[in-house]
Amino acid sequence: MGVSISLNINGEARSLDNVEPRLLLVDLIREELGLTGTNIGCDTSQCGACTVHMDGLAVKSCTVLAVQADGSDVVTIEGMAEEGQLTAMQQAFWDEHGLQCGFCTPGMIMAGVKLVEGNPDISDEEIRHGLEGNICRCTGYQNIVKAMKVAAQAAT
Amino acid sequence: MAEALSLIASEDDARFLAGGHSLVPAMKLRLDAPGTLIDIGRIEGLRGIAYGSGDENDCIGPLTTHATIASSNLASALVEAAGGIGDPQVRNRGTIGGNIAHADPASDLPTVLTALGATIRVENSSSARNIEAESFFTGLFETSLGENELVTVIAVPREGAGTGSAYAKLFNPASRYAVVGACASVTLNNGVVSRARVAVGGLTPMATRCGSVEAALEGRSTDAINGASAQVASDVGDDILEDIHASAEYRLGVIPVYVERALQAACARAAG
Repeated sequence: MGVSISLNINGEARSLDNVEPRLLLVDLIREELGLTGTNIGCDTSQCGACTVHMDGLAVKSCTVLAVQADGSDVVTIEGMAEEGQLTAMQQAFWDEHGLQCGFCTPGMIMAGVKLVEGNPDISDEEIRHGLEGNICRCTGYQNIVKAMKVAAQAAT
Repeated sequence: MAEALSLIASEDDARFLAGGHSLVPAMKLRLDAPGTLIDIGRIEGLRGIAYGSGDENDCIGPLTTHATIASSNLASALVEAAGGIGDPQVRNRGTIGGNIAHADPASDLPTVLTALGATIRVENSSSARNIEAESFFTGLFETSLGENELVTVIAVPREGAGTGSAYAKLFNPASRYAVVGACASVTLNNGVVSRARVAVGGLTPMATRCGSVEAALEGRSTDAINGASAQVASDVGDDILEDIHASAEYRLGVIPVYVERALQAACARAAG
């Protein structure tokens, strides 16, 4: 038995019919909407690779049912850069080499944007604490933290 | 809300879904398989905090997220515990009502609400009742919530002058769940502890009030904290949890340290 839902995805209004109530938001994003930048890492709410913004908050889309996102405003990594212009956070990851294999990067960027928002002088400790829910298995945390500090400054 | 309460009474094997940060993971692990989910996430009347004035309780709607509680003016132990749940993304979705209805023994909020003397209001389609937190949690993932009942308010006493509370936990580094956790709420009167309420979690099947610790401290100065904390062994019974993270022996060994830390911090806050 499918359900009809509507949501704004990266600024575009979408209506979907016949959404299975048990479908996870991350699967809707990847399989139904074809936005594969959002990754599934652990699928157990721990790694943060699936982090997206839902109504302005960073959430783990593997732990939200698609039907719970009905009426929401969802932004994925694909909704970050505008007209090919990288956001401050994306540019900082590029400049500071804040990635190794890149699998955790979309989630890191989505979490990072919310983490540094309104906090240009964020400390290393605050960043590390704020990244508890994002795991980089290449353990490239040094440059991730560096990139977030740079982005925090640049965003102001 | 009336619609949700009538739905749960008419559907077979139905369950309320709040933020989904306990229930959805449990369903993925096939630990839980409800026949029907009733999404209460959009019932705005169940969300948010109404601060009491004077001696009135602060009233928390069950859909209030951990992130909201972590940045609130509620009792300090509750603010502290909510800020230590999971990670920012989890705190943005997880709710206090869902958390206590799930009643994970390693969860922080049951311990805190028990120590703070919170009252939990539950309703079904025809009646409502208030349950003391201490008797709300009845066992491993078990509560005194009846079939078709929904948590509608969590009422927490306000902390007046001379009263302070704190939560201290040894957390699992991956999940941030409590391996052991302790919460203390105290009132100080001229350097004497005139009232103490202590609860522990993580090592027992449910949050457990510590009457012996409280009795060993009440009427004494804060110098008695160390000795009183050691009494926790006689409060927790024989059913001590053990898993890959810690043996029962380890949990019993380490819990007095966390009781002491919670009491010290609560007294420091009470002294202002």
